[in-house]
Amino acid sequence: MTGAPTTSDRPAGAGAPAAPAAAGAAGSGRLARALVYVAGRLATAAVSLAAVVAAGFFLFRILPGDPVRAMTEGREVSAEQREELRRQFGLDRSLGEQFLDYASGLLRLDLGTSFQYREPVAELILDRLGPTLLLAGTGTVVAAALGLFLGARAGWRPGGRGDRVNTAVALFFWSVPTFWLGLLLIVVLASGRGFVPDLFPTGGMVDPDATGPGEIALSTARHMVLPVTTMVAVIYAQYLMIMRSSLMDEKGADYLTTARAKGLRDSLVRRRHAVPNALLPTVTLVFLNLGQVVSGVILVETVFSWPGLGQLFYSGLRVPDLGLVQGLFVVFAASVILMNLLADLVYPLLDPRVRP
Amino acid sequence: MSILSARRPSPPPADGPRPRCSPVGTTARRTAATGAALLLLGGTGLAPAAADDAGADTMTIAVSQQVDSFNPFTAQLAVTTNILRHVYDSLLTVDPETNEPAPALAEEWEAGEDGLTWTFHLRDDAVFTDDEPLTADDVVWTFTTIMENEAAAIAYGNYVAGFESVTATDDHTVVVELDEPQATMTSLAVPIVPRHVWEPILEQEGDAFAEYTNEVFPLVGSGPFVLTEHDRGRHITLEANPGHWRGGPELDRVVLRYYSEKDAAVEALRSGEVSFVYELTDAQATSLEGTDDIAVNIADGKRFQAFTVNPGAETQDGEAFGDGHPALSDRTLRQAIVMAIDNDEIVDKAHNGQAVAAGGYVPPRYEDFHWSPEGAEETLAFDPDAANAMLDEAGYEPDEDGVRVSPEGDRLELRLHAHADRPDNVQAALVIVERLADIGIEVENNTVDPGVLSDALHEGEYDLIFTGWTVNPDPDYVFSIHTCGALPAEPGTMQGDAYFCDEEYDELYEAQLAEYDRAARAEIVHELQQVLYTEAVVNVLAYPNILEAYRTDHVASLQAQPDPGGNIWGQDGYWAWWSAEPAAADEAAASSGPSSGIMWALGGGAALLLVVGAVVLVVRRATAGDRE
Repeated sequence: MTGAPTTSDRPAGAGAPAAPAAAGAAGSGRLARALVYVAGRLATAAVSLAAVVAAGFFLFRILPGDPVRAMTEGREVSAEQREELRRQFGLDRSLGEQFLDYASGLLRLDLGTSFQYREPVAELILDRLGPTLLLAGTGTVVAAALGLFLGARAGWRPGGRGDRVNTAVALFFWSVPTFWLGLLLIVVLASGRGFVPDLFPTGGMVDPDATGPGEIALSTARHMVLPVTTMVAVIYAQYLMIMRSSLMDEKGADYLTTARAKGLRDSLVRRRHAVPNALLPTVTLVFLNLGQVVSGVILVETVFSWPGLGQLFYSGLRVPDLGLVQGLFVVFAASVILMNLLADLVYPLLDPRVRP
Repeated sequence: MSILSARRPSPPPADGPRPRCSPVGTTARRTAATGAALLLLGGTGLAPAAADDAGADTMTIAVSQQVDSFNPFTAQLAVTTNILRHVYDSLLTVDPETNEPAPALAEEWEAGEDGLTWTFHLRDDAVFTDDEPLTADDVVWTFTTIMENEAAAIAYGNYVAGFESVTATDDHTVVVELDEPQATMTSLAVPIVPRHVWEPILEQEGDAFAEYTNEVFPLVGSGPFVLTEHDRGRHITLEANPGHWRGGPELDRVVLRYYSEKDAAVEALRSGEVSFVYELTDAQATSLEGTDDIAVNIADGKRFQAFTVNPGAETQDGEAFGDGHPALSDRTLRQAIVMAIDNDEIVDKAHNGQAVAAGGYVPPRYEDFHWSPEGAEETLAFDPDAANAMLDEAGYEPDEDGVRVSPEGDRLELRLHAHADRPDNVQAALVIVERLADIGIEVENNTVDPGVLSDALHEGEYDLIFTGWTVNPDPDYVFSIHTCGALPAEPGTMQGDAYFCDEEYDELYEAQLAEYDRAARAEIVHELQQVLYTEAVVNVLAYPNILEAYRTDHVASLQAQPDPGGNIWGQDGYWAWWSAEPAAADEAAASSGPSSGIMWALGGGAALLLVVGAVVLVVRRATAGDRE
C-alpha cells in the first residue's frame, strides 16, 4: 500500500560466495559467525525501536492543536473543568517528566492511557489487532498469490500481449486512489442503486444481529469481500512487477536450456525450474509488507468502517489523542522492525549465497 | 451484475492450431477466475444474511464519533451525551415544540422571593431500571457529588458553580440554595444517577473515578431507554424501557452502527442497512432527495457560522500578546469589514443555499431570544460603497496598488484562518477574500487543520478567524464566553473565541442572568446581541441548516424539535427516539429480503461457472504441448 514497487534491498546474486566447508574447526567457526550475525541484528533492531519510541513521543508533541480544547470543543465547560482534564491527562507536567513516565511505562509494556477513550492504549490495540490482521492478512496473501502468479506468466513472455495487458491493468489499479476505488465499489455493489442489488454490506465487520459462530463467520466473510478486493486491487501490482523482473532475470539461465533439452513442457520448465529461483527476491518484499500489514490498511479500514487499528489511528489523529497515536506508532514501527529482523534471520536459510 | 458479466469468460476456442504464445484471453481468464474465487469465498450460502430482523422495530443510526465514556459525570463527546440523555432523566427537559423548559423528573419548580432558593417538586412515579424508586435523595447526591468532587465535575461542573447547597426536604422535594440568582436554573440538563449504584463506585474508584467508564451493561438509569451493549467501533445498542413514567418508547431497540466515512453511511441508508443518517453535507442531502423510501429532513440550524476579528489579544490583567494587526483595534475598520461582506452571497456560495443569512447571534429557531437588526438598528448592512467612504473618512488611504494604509502607516494586509475540514468555511473564505479586496484590504487565506487554527486563536496570532457555536435553548453560555472574565488568565487559556471585553456588555450579561422573567430576560438578550453587532468583533455570517435523512420504510413518524422545522439528531431531550413509530413490518421486510436472496443464488452460480471454466482452461493449456 505504501511506496512504489520496490526492488529487493538484497540482490540475489550479490551475496558472498559460500565458503567451502573444510573441517570440524570451520564448522564451529561458522556457528560463531552465525551467532555474531544474529546478535548484531538483534542489537540493531533494539536501537531502532528505542529511536522510534523517542521520535514518536516528541514528533506527536509537535502536532498542532490542544487535545483538551479539541475534546471540549463546542461543549459548555468552564476553565476549571478544562484544567482538571489537563491534569488528568498529565499535560500540566513538563515534557521531560511526561517522557520519562512514558518510557518507564513502556518497559512494563504499559502504553499509557487514551485521552478520548479513557482506556489503556494496549487494551484498545489488542482489541483492534484481530480485525486488522484478518483483513490485512487475507489481503496480503491474496495479493501476493495473485501477483506472483500473474507476474510469473508476464515475465515468462515479456512484451507479449498477456504481459502488456497484465502489467497495464496492475499499474492502473496501483495508481488508483484507494479511497476512490473503495467508495466506487460501495456505490456499485453495496448501495442497491439502479438495477444492481446490494450484494455486499457497506461497512463494518459483522452484522450486530449475527449469533453463533457459523453465522458470525459467514457474516464476516461477506463483510470482507469489498475491503479485501479493494486492497488486493491496489497492491498486487508490486508483487507482479517484482516477480516479472525476477523471472526475466532467470529466463536466459543455462539450467533452463538443460531442462528444455530434457523434453519438459514449457509450463513445467517455468513452474519447476524458473519460478523457485525467481521467488527469492520476492521473499524480502513479502516480509517487508508483512511488517506494514498492520499499519498499511488505514484507508481501506476507513472507507469500509472496518473496526481495526487503521480506524483507531484515524480517530486518534483527529483529537490529537497523544497517548493513543504514540502507542500505535510504536506498535506499527515495532512490527516493521520485527519483520525486517525476521527477514534478516530467515533469508540466509533460504539463500545459501548470503550465509554469514 | 455488470462486473460479473464483464468478467464472464468467452467460450473456449474451437480446436485448431494454437499459438505458442499465451493469448491475451488466457491471462484475462486467469484474472477472472481469481476474482470469481474471491467472490465465491465471501459469497456462498449467505442468502439469509441479508434478510436480518433490523427492519421492524429497530432503528439503526449511522454514527462516526467514538465513545469516550458512559460515565455521566465525565462524558464529553456529543455522541455519548446524546446517548446518556436517553438513559438518565434530568430534572427538567426542553419542550419538543417550543424549546421552552418543560417538566421531566420535576413536575413543578419555583424560585423564592430573593431568587436564591429554588424548590423542585419531583414526580413520584419515576423508577430506576433495577426497580428502585428515584427519590429526592438521588437528586441531592448527584448534585453534591458534582459540587464536592473535582473528578465528577468534568462534564457538568459549570451547572453547579453557583450552588450554595442542595437538600431534600422530603422524598420528593429538592431545595437548591444559590450564591447569586441565575436564570439558567430552568435548564439543568444534569443526568440524575441512582445513588445506590454510584456511591459504592465512587468510593471504590477514589482518585481514579475520572477514568471509570461505566461499561457495566445494562446500565441502571431511569430514562426511556436502557443501554445494553457497546462493542467499541462497531455498534451500541439501546433497548426500550417499557416502565418509563412517560410511557415506554414505540421502538424496541435503537442501534448505533459505526461508519467512519459519511459517504459510506449515505450508501448504507440507500441499501437499508441503516435507518437514519445525520450531519449530511448539502451535496449528500441533494443526492438523497427524491429517492424511494427516504425522507430528507432539512431543519433550522442550531449553529451559527461566524468569523471573529482580533481586536488586540490581551489577558485579564491587560497584558497584550500575539501579533494581531494593530489597525483592527479600530471599531470603524471592523465595521467596514462587516459591511463589505454580503451574508446572502455566503449562503449561496458557501452553503449552496442550505443556510439562513445571519442577523444576530442567536439562531431564529429560538424565537424569543433571537434578534435581527432591522430598520435603524441595521447600521452594518452590506454596502461596500459606504464601507469605502467610512475608511476614506477615517484616514485609511489607498497605496499605489489599491491596498489601504492605516493612519499609523500599517498596510491593511490581513490573515484569514479557515477550517480546512469544513467545506463551507473554505468557500466562505474565498468570498471574503474577494469582498475585502473591494474595499482595499488584502487578505492572505490560510485554510488549515483545526488544530493549527485553534493554536493561532489561543496564541492571538491571527487577524480574522472562523468560528461557530451550537446554541442551546438557554443561550447563557454562548454569551458568557464574550465577557471580560472569559479573557485568558495567561496567554493560551482563553474561554471563548474572541478577545472581546466590553463594560456595557458585561453589565447586560449579569442582568440577563439575574432576570427570572423570560420575556424580560429575552429583551436583555436582544440588547446583548446589539452590542456584539455594533462592536463587530464577533460577526455572524449564516445559520447552516441541519441536514438529516431517514428511511420511511423503517420509521413512520418522528417528533422533531422544534416543531415544525426542527431536527431529529441531537435534540434537547429524548423526543425523537422515544416518539418514533416503526413502519409496518411487512413493508420493511419487502424491501430487502427476497431479491437479495435470489441475487446471491445467481451470483454464486455465476461465480461457480467462472471457476469451473477457468479450471478447464488451465488444464487444457497445461497439456496443450502434449496434444500438439
